[in-house]
Amino acid sequence: MGLTNTLIMTEKLVVRNLDISFGGKQVLKNVSITFPDQNIVALIGPSGCGKSTLLRALNRMHDLTPQAKVTGEILLDGHAILAQKIDVVEVRKKVGMVFQKPNLFPKSIFENVAYGLKINKMGDKEEIRERVEQAIKSCYLWDEVGDRLDKPALELSGGQQQRLCIARAIAIEPEVILMDEPCAALDPISTLKIEELMRQLREKYAVVIVTHNMQQAQRVADATAFMYLGELIEYAPTQNLFHSPQHELTQRYIKGAFG
Amino acid sequence: MTRSKRIEYFGFGVLRLITLAVVLLIFWLIADLFVKGGHTLNWAFWTTFPQKGMTTGGIFPTVVGTAFVTLITALFAVPVGVASAIYLSEYARDHFLSRLIRASIRNLAGVPSIIYGLFGVALFVEGLHFGTSVLSAGLTLGLLSLPYIITATEEALKTVPKSYREGALALGATQWETIVSVVLPPALPGISTGVMLGLSRAAGETAPILFTGVAYYLRYLPGTVWDSFMALPYHLYVLATQHHAIEEVRPLAYGTALTLLGMITLLNFMAIQIRYRYQAQSPA
Repeated sequence: MGLTNTLIMTEKLVVRNLDISFGGKQVLKNVSITFPDQNIVALIGPSGCGKSTLLRALNRMHDLTPQAKVTGEILLDGHAILAQKIDVVEVRKKVGMVFQKPNLFPKSIFENVAYGLKINKMGDKEEIRERVEQAIKSCYLWDEVGDRLDKPALELSGGQQQRLCIARAIAIEPEVILMDEPCAALDPISTLKIEELMRQLREKYAVVIVTHNMQQAQRVADATAFMYLGELIEYAPTQNLFHSPQHELTQRYIKGAFG
Repeated sequence: MTRSKRIEYFGFGVLRLITLAVVLLIFWLIADLFVKGGHTLNWAFWTTFPQKGMTTGGIFPTVVGTAFVTLITALFAVPVGVASAIYLSEYARDHFLSRLIRASIRNLAGVPSIIYGLFGVALFVEGLHFGTSVLSAGLTLGLLSLPYIITATEEALKTVPKSYREGALALGATQWETIVSVVLPPALPGISTGVMLGLSRAAGETAPILFTGVAYYLRYLPGTVWDSFMALPYHLYVLATQHHAIEEVRPLAYGTALTLLGMITLLNFMAIQIRYRYQAQSPA
């Protein structure tokens, strides 16, 4: 298992022996996986397999859940990010996240994208304006919202909101982007736009995406990991995983025998 | 018409009648006050001192006293209440102690107000040597309104979706920044409603100020927080039950009641204004 023979890559995120339990119930069992830079990795598997749990460990979102217990090791560029003394704010600045449902703040379009920039003090007023514009442009939203940045963001359509969430995430120039089923609440056209955007993001970032949609994984992901009942079953270049799965569970899952 | 339809018509009819009865009762009460005391209301009534053993003249010092005490109550209870609620709702982990604190706060709302009055005497008047003063009474009323403010603020914070918090934290905001910039703004309308309800409850109380600072009659206005004061609810009580010429002052009592209702309505109106202003800004 591994990608080393087919891809030349830098290891951006390395997960080693990760166990996660919530109130004594183990949901992730001894998972080890490597996410290469400038690649899209898709995490697939049936509901409850732990794919979102793994994703949320990568920017320490489990810190918010008091009963969550996370053990093991996660290295970002070789730095252990689960360590107590690590500043979790620094981790989250480098590892951005896009959620299943667009979660824009009840503020204007501009203020939403500017939020992370202001919080992290990334430049004066003029610089922030430029960065906001740049982020919105790179999400192909400028034509749609460029002339109404001061309008409430929640008036946008679902697809536009999700693209603005991505703009908000990349505005602070992270190194990794996590996406938790970003198209689950979207129509097919918006989904295609987001997928196109993912391919662009791949040029600069390591992208990890959780998806229920196997076609989506095949359309966008360089490598795909199949998870089942908290374990990583198989991890391979996407074409290999879908066309010549090594593991019987993977075979049955991608044929639709269970889900 | 089928049987179940008839039952539904009848059922909702009864509910409608009951609702109507309650509303009518309130209107009747207000109308009664206006009929019996409306003629006393004029600018002079609110701006002059009581005269001739409170048989004529106005209620100026009681309006000032109630406004002053309510201000002290707000200055104490709003920051403390909102801060406690933020701590309980956003920081405190869910364990035995925090559950106990929450339950206690809810139960405090049911404590009879005379108990607050006695507690105020023991703590502020005697213990801290604040004497019978605006300060002692304001702080006592503050204690009384705290459970309302804390509970309402906690409820308002709970209605802010978790996804807002996650969104801000994922962008590298600290928990403090998240609360200040993302959680509090959408919760403000709910918080201000709770604050105003708590304050209007406090402004109308008699028992807690009885031993802590209110006076039967004063010829001067409270100049500092260390002075005694006259207050609308206590003045109403005096005019209605303690006065030597009760029949004669009855219209004044009704006028006082109307004034108290008016001040409380004003507080509630402010809450509506704040809510309206913030909702106009964000469609969420």
